[in-house]
Amino acid sequence: MKTIETRRLPDLAQALSAAGYCVVAPIEEGGVVRFREWAPGLAIAPGAVPANSSKDFLFPRSEVVARFALEPGGFSPAPVERSAVKTVVLCARPCDAAALTALDAVFNWDYRDGAYNARRQAMTVVSLACSKADEHCFCTSVGGAPDGVAGADAILRPADGGQLLVLDELTEKGRALAQAAAGTLSEGPAALDAPAVLPRRFDSEAVGRWLAANFESPFWKEAALACLGCGACAYACPVCHCFDLQDETDHAECRRLRNWDSCGFGLFTLHASGHNPRPDQSARWRQRVMHKFSIYPQKFKTLACTGCGRCSRLCQAGMAIAATCERIEALGR
Amino acid sequence: MNDDLYKPFLMRIETARDEAPDVRTFRLKFAEETERAEFFQRYRVGMFGLYGVPGEGESTFCVASPPTRDGYIECTFRKVGRVTQALQELEAGQAITFRGPYGNHFPIEDWKGRDLLFIAGGIALPPMRSVIWNILDRRAEFGKVTVLYGARTAADLVYKDELADWAARPDVTLVTTVDPGGQTPDWKGKVGFVPAVLKELAPSAQNCVAVLCGPPIMIKLTLPVLAGLGFSAKDIYTTLENRMKCGVGKCGRCNVGSVYVCKDGPVFTLEDISRLPAGDM
Repeated sequence: MKTIETRRLPDLAQALSAAGYCVVAPIEEGGVVRFREWAPGLAIAPGAVPANSSKDFLFPRSEVVARFALEPGGFSPAPVERSAVKTVVLCARPCDAAALTALDAVFNWDYRDGAYNARRQAMTVVSLACSKADEHCFCTSVGGAPDGVAGADAILRPADGGQLLVLDELTEKGRALAQAAAGTLSEGPAALDAPAVLPRRFDSEAVGRWLAANFESPFWKEAALACLGCGACAYACPVCHCFDLQDETDHAECRRLRNWDSCGFGLFTLHASGHNPRPDQSARWRQRVMHKFSIYPQKFKTLACTGCGRCSRLCQAGMAIAATCERIEALGR
Repeated sequence: MNDDLYKPFLMRIETARDEAPDVRTFRLKFAEETERAEFFQRYRVGMFGLYGVPGEGESTFCVASPPTRDGYIECTFRKVGRVTQALQELEAGQAITFRGPYGNHFPIEDWKGRDLLFIAGGIALPPMRSVIWNILDRRAEFGKVTVLYGARTAADLVYKDELADWAARPDVTLVTTVDPGGQTPDWKGKVGFVPAVLKELAPSAQNCVAVLCGPPIMIKLTLPVLAGLGFSAKDIYTTLENRMKCGVGKCGRCNVGSVYVCKDGPVFTLEDISRLPAGDM
């Protein structure tokens, strides 16, 4: 088995950095663990579910998609540089890795999104199996597992009571990474720790069946009452990908930006005429649940939720999509 | 295919003309021949584009000219929001950004040999005008062509010169109407709401396809009249509109239930629409 001591994760990051990878890892700052770019001297916090998801490095929250030089009475197009840096996400959660395959579906639905795909191709995902889960985790209800390998190029499995990590390469990219980091890896035996035990909370197929038949239901009004429409759930979600295009200008230049957006916002679907097909929070919460558990599976044969629990960890109003799904499953019985 | 999905073409305004209060038409020329050729390879009537002004953003509306006229495209739009306001201030010679064509199209190849009834209200004639010109440019392939067009007032009718051309053609039946009070002293058309005028006109549903575009209230009140005339839901076509940003099925806002207006639409039959959740429209 290829192993590395857990405390030596920064050495692994250093070796990968030396091999030309931009290393992204869970790093604590101000008491919050977030995925961010690693730099020498930074500790890696493998235990926590980072507040943000690894989608940030594929689908940045703001990105220039077109650029124009502004001139009196007009404009002329200016070039946009496409950057796709060779990146490794180290210690991604299995729910983060699984989310990438869901994102691939929408960004390649007939029209291939070049900027997304360039970053995706340049990205290697090394997930870290979970040996514990909290009350917000529900990957086992949405087809995942604490030691799931979907979307991962390699997986680190905790062993010897968390002292050691065992590296399994899963793809060509994973093998290339292991080769690049060979100097920090040892060969030897290890006793794998048991993955977290996470009982399934709901049956996502049953939820999907109820949703397909219950667009109109009094349930939606009541289910969304607490929602403040802040959009935090969408921003933290590893699969949410809705975006806005906005122009930003200074005197000389216009940058057309793709910015994250959220179906929870009132302006999201507002027509210029004033009509809004989703005029209240219940219509917006319904869209969020429908998109993840009914529309996405119908279109792409995959859920748009991987059970990471970030949305409910963050929600200041106590909304939890897993609890909503449990209630929906009960309604369908 | 270009995978820079949000990078627009540059289009030059060849002519700009006012159609009605706050309604303007541009004839747009492609800056590059390759872009023109690629556009017309894909373009079919009913598809839409995103028209933009750097600094203001992009706005979605139909292409109002047919693929049978492939040296340019035309668009007709009303000043409603920030982008259409900025577009309206532009004149011939200036440039805009454009992306498209996107979406599905009217299946006019399936309509060969059939009669066609076009019913439009106000600013909804432009999406239909591309179909009408497409049909008239290939006139022999289709049956009778009837156009019923209504607006609030005579001034609100768009394409006034073209309406005169269609009225003069022996192979087109054109009926124009304005809402009561909207007529001018020299108004020669009908006075009345579209559903009532349609009832009076009573076109045969036999081997006929109806295309219906207009404000929601007009559509709502016209559909029962069409049903009464014997039109079936699969022979009534309309277009849906929703706020869009990407136009290519990614940005996540134009869906009605599981149907994406940008990719599955904007053209739908009444039968298609009856399966959509009304609460999402």
